[in-house]
Amino acid sequence: MSAGPLSSRFDRRADVLVGGLIVLVGVLVPLLNLLTPVDSPLHLSTYTVTLVGKYLCYALLALAVDLVWGYCGILSLGHGAFFALGGYAMGMYLMRQIGDRGVYGNADLPDFMVFLNWDSLPWYWHGFEHFPFAMAMVLLVPGLLAFVFGWFAFRSRVTGVYLSIITQALTYALLLAFFRNEMGFGGNNGLTDFKDLLGFDLKADSTRCALFAASALALLGGYALCRTIVNSKLGRVVVAIRDAEDRARFIGYRVEHFKVWIFTLSAVLAGIAGALYVPQVGIINPGEFSPLNSIELVIWVAVGGRGTLYGAIIGALTVNFAKTLFTGALPELWLFVLGAMFVLVTLLLPRGIAGLLKRGEAA
Amino acid sequence: MSTTPDTPLDASTWWEAFVSENSAYAPRHAAGPDPSQGAMLYLEDITVSFDGFRALNELTLYIEPGELRCIIGPNGAGKSTMMDVITGKTRPDKGVAFFGHQLDLLKLSEPEIAQSGIGRKFQKPTVFEQLPVFVNLELACRGPRGVWRTLGARLSSEERDRIDSTLNLIGLSAQRLQRAGALSHGQKQWLEIGMLLMQEPRLLLIDEPVAGMTHEETERTAELLVSLAGERSVVVVEHDMEFVRSIARKVTVLHEGSVLAEGDMDRIQSDPRVIEVYLGA
Amino acid sequence: MMRLRRILPLLCMLLAMIADAAADLAEGLDKLKSSNFKHKAEAVTLVADSGDARGAQILQALLDGRLYIRRADQLVVIVADNAATTELLDAATGAALGTAAKSDLKKIAINNQMRLGLRASLARLSLGDPDPDARLAAVHALIAAPSEQTQVMLRDAQKTETDERVKRAMAVVAALADFDDESPAARLAAVETVRGSMLGEVRNRLATLVEENADGSPVEPDAAVRAAAGAAIRDIDAARARYEFIETLFFGLSLGFVLVLAATGLAITFGVMGVINMAHGELMMLGAYTVYVVQQLMPNHLEWSIAVAIPLAFIVAGLVGILIERGVVRFLYGRPLETLLATFGISLFLQQTVRSIFSPLNRAVATPEWMSGQVVISDALALTANRLYIIVFSVLVFAALLALLRFTPLGLQVRAVAQNRAMARAMGVRAGWIDAMTFGLGSGVAGLAGVALSQLTNVGPNLGQAYIIDSFMVVVFGGVGNLWGTLVAGLGLGIANKFLEPYSGAVLAKILVLVFIILFIQKRPRGLFPQRGRSAEA
Repeated sequence: MSAGPLSSRFDRRADVLVGGLIVLVGVLVPLLNLLTPVDSPLHLSTYTVTLVGKYLCYALLALAVDLVWGYCGILSLGHGAFFALGGYAMGMYLMRQIGDRGVYGNADLPDFMVFLNWDSLPWYWHGFEHFPFAMAMVLLVPGLLAFVFGWFAFRSRVTGVYLSIITQALTYALLLAFFRNEMGFGGNNGLTDFKDLLGFDLKADSTRCALFAASALALLGGYALCRTIVNSKLGRVVVAIRDAEDRARFIGYRVEHFKVWIFTLSAVLAGIAGALYVPQVGIINPGEFSPLNSIELVIWVAVGGRGTLYGAIIGALTVNFAKTLFTGALPELWLFVLGAMFVLVTLLLPRGIAGLLKRGEAA
Repeated sequence: MSTTPDTPLDASTWWEAFVSENSAYAPRHAAGPDPSQGAMLYLEDITVSFDGFRALNELTLYIEPGELRCIIGPNGAGKSTMMDVITGKTRPDKGVAFFGHQLDLLKLSEPEIAQSGIGRKFQKPTVFEQLPVFVNLELACRGPRGVWRTLGARLSSEERDRIDSTLNLIGLSAQRLQRAGALSHGQKQWLEIGMLLMQEPRLLLIDEPVAGMTHEETERTAELLVSLAGERSVVVVEHDMEFVRSIARKVTVLHEGSVLAEGDMDRIQSDPRVIEVYLGA
Repeated sequence: MMRLRRILPLLCMLLAMIADAAADLAEGLDKLKSSNFKHKAEAVTLVADSGDARGAQILQALLDGRLYIRRADQLVVIVADNAATTELLDAATGAALGTAAKSDLKKIAINNQMRLGLRASLARLSLGDPDPDARLAAVHALIAAPSEQTQVMLRDAQKTETDERVKRAMAVVAALADFDDESPAARLAAVETVRGSMLGEVRNRLATLVEENADGSPVEPDAAVRAAAGAAIRDIDAARARYEFIETLFFGLSLGFVLVLAATGLAITFGVMGVINMAHGELMMLGAYTVYVVQQLMPNHLEWSIAVAIPLAFIVAGLVGILIERGVVRFLYGRPLETLLATFGISLFLQQTVRSIFSPLNRAVATPEWMSGQVVISDALALTANRLYIIVFSVLVFAALLALLRFTPLGLQVRAVAQNRAMARAMGVRAGWIDAMTFGLGSGVAGLAGVALSQLTNVGPNLGQAYIIDSFMVVVFGGVGNLWGTLVAGLGLGIANKFLEPYSGAVLAKILVLVFIILFIQKRPRGLFPQRGRSAEA
């Protein structure tokens, strides 16, 4: 009872299962890559490690979306922006680590700035050569944007579809902005050609595996954090706001404070996911800001089952696995499948895979 | 930001703030209420218009401490708008609204008004449908409302007892773990009233409490409301004349945004103006 | 008679030379065979001044590189085209000489110097053209080669010119030659004459009058002339700014009306059903592809293609819209966020379908003859016709929609459902049918917007995506359920975009507009024209 009557026995069991799986994968995948000989049937290629590592970052991102959408009813179509901002902050650090190993061999400026004939580093690039500073920015930049945006939007009681559209406009505006060379983030090409992180070669298997483990750890931590919040009274207030915003207001809760808080936290989680994603895929470009990306990640959560946390993880993994399969084998079919997912899940499976499992359990 | 502190009305301090001359809630303009009335709620000359239509027209109304007041009036008389003004949902074009002598309602937000001791039940029962009945009451329970405070909040045994006794009072003990959305219409009305009680308000605003209730439920609601008055002030807006007659000591008739008549039920029912606009219709 | 009177003075002017006109032409043609460009230039003057009616045709051929020498007999010939084998004309007589292989001919080469002279000469000859537009073009062409000779010719022609525009242009161009005159009075008079002309060369020549030499002394010694030139330049700049303003306004309006068209359908479905249709952009795309398909089916009647495509696009997009409503949206009534996601899925579906059928590449849609070209307002202002048509089209569609909603039974029912669904249903309105019709109507309008877009941009699978966010912004900005709000918001955003562009560039302008709306919506969450009234109880 003290944990709150919100989480059922099924939920608690799912927590243990999903948490255990993350730990298992986080340990097993790197080990199978590093400790088995290349020709062993048990060997996992570095490609697979990176691929699954990518999935884990997506899962963290999905978790962040589930927190605001599933629990607070805020359908953000711009969470990709926070992911991308976290990614850019990490990318800037990695760019500065390249030093004079770039094509132009300029120790002070990244290649694209040399190419644009810039003679000095823009002020907002300063500090990114320090890892702790860059990591602080990973948290701060998406968090601050979400805080300012949320503070304005929620205070003015922009809700529902309006809010969704405005978040979409936000990420679209950022997309256009980051495409501009003058912004100083590498324009169209973004940031790439990274060499190493904290002195470790990014191409080395061991670095890949460490990043993988870090992603698993971040996902586990994020999951535990979200579960703690959801199970607290704060979590119940947030659900109350989703159900009847006015009622919550008239019993004395400052709805906008709660919304801004949860929105900002969610943006920070998304930023962390982005920061872990970039060194693994080796590039960050403005495409990550595209509205399509943001809305696609909403469907991960919908497929998995929103408002459950583990559903978001299941959904992110399932959809992305399917995407990898389809874009490899039948690329022209993928958009049909994705489109069908949007329609079918909303029409027939509003509670997603998690709901399906739950019903199976009850029967 | 104004001088208002972030969470000024935590449980321990709201009363002090309420009575203190120096509190942030001291009236900030000279046009205070007429204190000779000694009332709990002052509405003076409140005017609200929407696109030229005057929903409230220089409405003046006082509610005494401990009073049970019924407000009736035809559709569009301004009953809901009046509630909106008191609870901060609608800002009037002009007028004065004070809670007690000190609290200028027109300067406070909805949560601040709620925390200062005014509870409101909506016309359409509004509860947290996805949450269990117990949690609905828990969230309404008087206590810290800040984000960080709720994050760390634990249910004390005292609070648990209060929730249990309220569950008893509203007759939902058996449904305590049920989702509120699964309750019947009448039960939702009761749950919402229960949530108001958990807030421990000094003034309850109740919009059509017996709509959709059975005869028996209606009678029990009447009993409950009568028992609540005395400790608290209760304002009931209701269409059901039978119900009004059963609980009311003093009735106010609203018409076209202002008070048409005020007095006990018999006097109201014999007032020719009232008969013309309302009862006679 | 009129025609004769116009040509007469020109003939008089050339009368002095008419005696040996034929001889001049022959000599000119002979001199053209020379390899010396100086001789060739003299030849051009001879031909031009010969007064022979064939002069213009010969010079034009020379300018186009179609004047050749037949190797066999050294005859100067005009070729019909530059193919390997081509038809020949005798340059001197115009007689057809049959066909010949290119290898039997030798091209008469010209240099840039000659090209200038040629154009001026041709222009001189065209001054006698019966078409005033041709005469005007000829006068404008003479600007490039000012000389006393052209001045005299222009002044003579001016005396008998009847068209005011041509007359004015002649005076201006003639005056330009006086800018180098010895007498300050003449220069001053010339400056006063050209004052108010919007020709680019006039501005340039005036600018030279107010320049300074390297030592700081003014190029123009006379102060009065300098002052007059300065004033004239200011006049021109002010007029240019005015024209630029009008042009920007025009571009803004045309963009704005496209946005209005794109957003109206969205506003209707959002206003009536509370549903955001994310597939709206793809319905526009379908409208644009309808134009493409129609043009493929009737390649020989392009001028009719738009007329056929307009109703067809409305029907195609409308039917798809009704299908979407009946198949998906109606099951999600009251769940706007889910509707948003489901319709987004449909948009992906439609995009991929079009990609599979028509390929992912952009398709070229032709602009019919009558819609292309420019509408010339003045020397410095010409508006593109297709944008003008789009504005007219949008206004018509918008008006038709307003009329439909206001004056028809369907419109009445749509408005009833928009205001109070339950009450409308209670009064016997079949809300489901109205929903389908409304959705179909909104989608049909999207199809019409697609027709308009096909005349402005490339038609491709991503056409809808490019416009959908802007359309959302218009709806959000204008307020829901108010077509006038959509109109004002669309035009406002279109014009704002175009006015910001010169200062900030297109992308930054768009970002600024987006940021503005994001901030605006904080201030007015219900848009410019919100539906107001007693708050429906929470």
